[in-house]
Amino acid sequence: MSGFAKPLKIALGLAVVAALIIVPMNFNRYGLFILSQWAVMSIAAMGLNLTLGYAGQVSLAQGAFVGIGAYAAAIMTTHGWPLPAAVMVAIVLSFAVGWVLGYPALRVQHHYLAFVTLAFSTLAFLVFRNESWLTGGIYGISNIPRPHIFGLATNKPLPFYYVCLGSLAIVSVAVWWLIRSPWGRAFMALRENPLRAQSLGVDTRRYTLMAFAIGSALGGVAGALYAPLTQYIDPVPFNLSLSLDLLMMVIVGGAGFYFGPFLGAMIAVLLPEWLRFTEGYYLMLYAVAVMLLLIWSPTGILGILDRTMAARRTKAASALRAVAKSRLETVQ
Amino acid sequence: MTAVLEVTNIKKNFGGISAVDGVSFDVREGEILGLIGPNGCGKSTLFNCILGQLTPSGGEVKLDGQVVTGLRPSELNKLGVSRTFQLLQVFPKLSVRENLILAGQEHQGSMASRLVGRSDAGLTGAANRMIGFFKLDHLADEPAGGLSYGQQKLLDAAMAFMGGPRLVLLDEPAGGVNPSMLADLKDRLVAINREKNATFVVIEHNMEFVMSLCSRVMVMAEGKVLAMGRPDEVRKNPAVIEAYLGH
Repeated sequence: MSGFAKPLKIALGLAVVAALIIVPMNFNRYGLFILSQWAVMSIAAMGLNLTLGYAGQVSLAQGAFVGIGAYAAAIMTTHGWPLPAAVMVAIVLSFAVGWVLGYPALRVQHHYLAFVTLAFSTLAFLVFRNESWLTGGIYGISNIPRPHIFGLATNKPLPFYYVCLGSLAIVSVAVWWLIRSPWGRAFMALRENPLRAQSLGVDTRRYTLMAFAIGSALGGVAGALYAPLTQYIDPVPFNLSLSLDLLMMVIVGGAGFYFGPFLGAMIAVLLPEWLRFTEGYYLMLYAVAVMLLLIWSPTGILGILDRTMAARRTKAASALRAVAKSRLETVQ
Repeated sequence: MTAVLEVTNIKKNFGGISAVDGVSFDVREGEILGLIGPNGCGKSTLFNCILGQLTPSGGEVKLDGQVVTGLRPSELNKLGVSRTFQLLQVFPKLSVRENLILAGQEHQGSMASRLVGRSDAGLTGAANRMIGFFKLDHLADEPAGGLSYGQQKLLDAAMAFMGGPRLVLLDEPAGGVNPSMLADLKDRLVAINREKNATFVVIEHNMEFVMSLCSRVMVMAEGKVLAMGRPDEVRKNPAVIEAYLGH
């Protein structure tokens, strides 16, 4: 995105934020539900983008962490705890479990790691389904309350949408800070060349575990919002297909790009809705669209933009070089 | 002169093959030690054993008299031991400046302070000086992956110096670098050696480079030390001529 001038970027950002606040005011119930779901999935995808896109650690378990967060929030809020406390517990719990899940990544990488995390995903699903004393089993947990924030009830769709949007804003700022800190650089070093990173003093073990733990914690945050959003949870939404969906959001949006997850979640959540007019064909069209995109640009949508910018920069640079060369020749 | 690095009877076996077979030597403070020998004689394996990238099958490594055998590469780096690799090892998608900041950042403060502190860990100035020192100014904002081979080699060396190391192990720094750039690299190495009193061990096949740069040269063959001495002594050694230099 470095091709844009800074004021233009800020103006664009403010316009998008303003639109997200104002435009949905006259949306119907369903529209607001979809948009809230976009915000929640963006948070989960940002977590996976951190683990996978920046730190290069493949995970097929992000959906399980959304489940862990959702169950933590559902169980706590139906027992009278406030949602912010439940979010804290969801963060701590998924951070801890994510940290432990990071240990296999110290030994195996790529598709081997994918399989380890896939096994964990299945394990989490079985716990959600079978431990009915805690999770309600296949009947799930219903009547999950929506929170009061600063004394304001958010059980109507619009206020709760603002809860989701506000949470997305907080997570976005936190992730932005993390990415541009030395930690973000160390995560990228992990992805690009762990061997070299080690020899430069980067504690690759600790950063790998951190990448998993922080990414998983964001999955937990998303889950803790998902439970009050749907107000009813059962194990099915948190099976492997959610992990795969989240993976697709990250890849389609552009893994390792800050704005990738927002775009990816938008496509995964909104595109099926927009394609609804095609009735029975929408899933097929959606699948074909994703395939074509990834053939055209394996680095996702933001990869296309990045390449265009790079091409323009190279052009500008070679033009400058040509000028410099002709000047040199004149001097001689 | 005191020994910065003492290596005692290091062994490394891969299955039935012993790649390094009981190597002992020491490196004195401020010297540039050359390490030569035929391909496959165990030079790089020896480096990897010293630096914790491989666990030696036997033997001991001491840094300033302290046993450091078995420490992880990142821990050794924080004790002031740095390296370059035989094959290029930069971070291709990060810019040249970002590569250098990364190379220094883990030496600044604690992990927690690096999370809340400045984005560049206060290293932009140091990175820019290093960029100037290695004459990479015009490439500072380019992704490292877009640099030519020789330029990446310079960046690789520059990265090894970012943390202010006392001991640097360079694995074939001259390989694939053109003559004028090589002269530059040698100048830089000599300057850092003198000004910062940094100690180097250099693996290299370019004899001219080794003989003019190093104060002592160690020759390895088949996992063992064949000879050790001043460059002119080593060059005349019949065993070295037989095993490596050729007639």
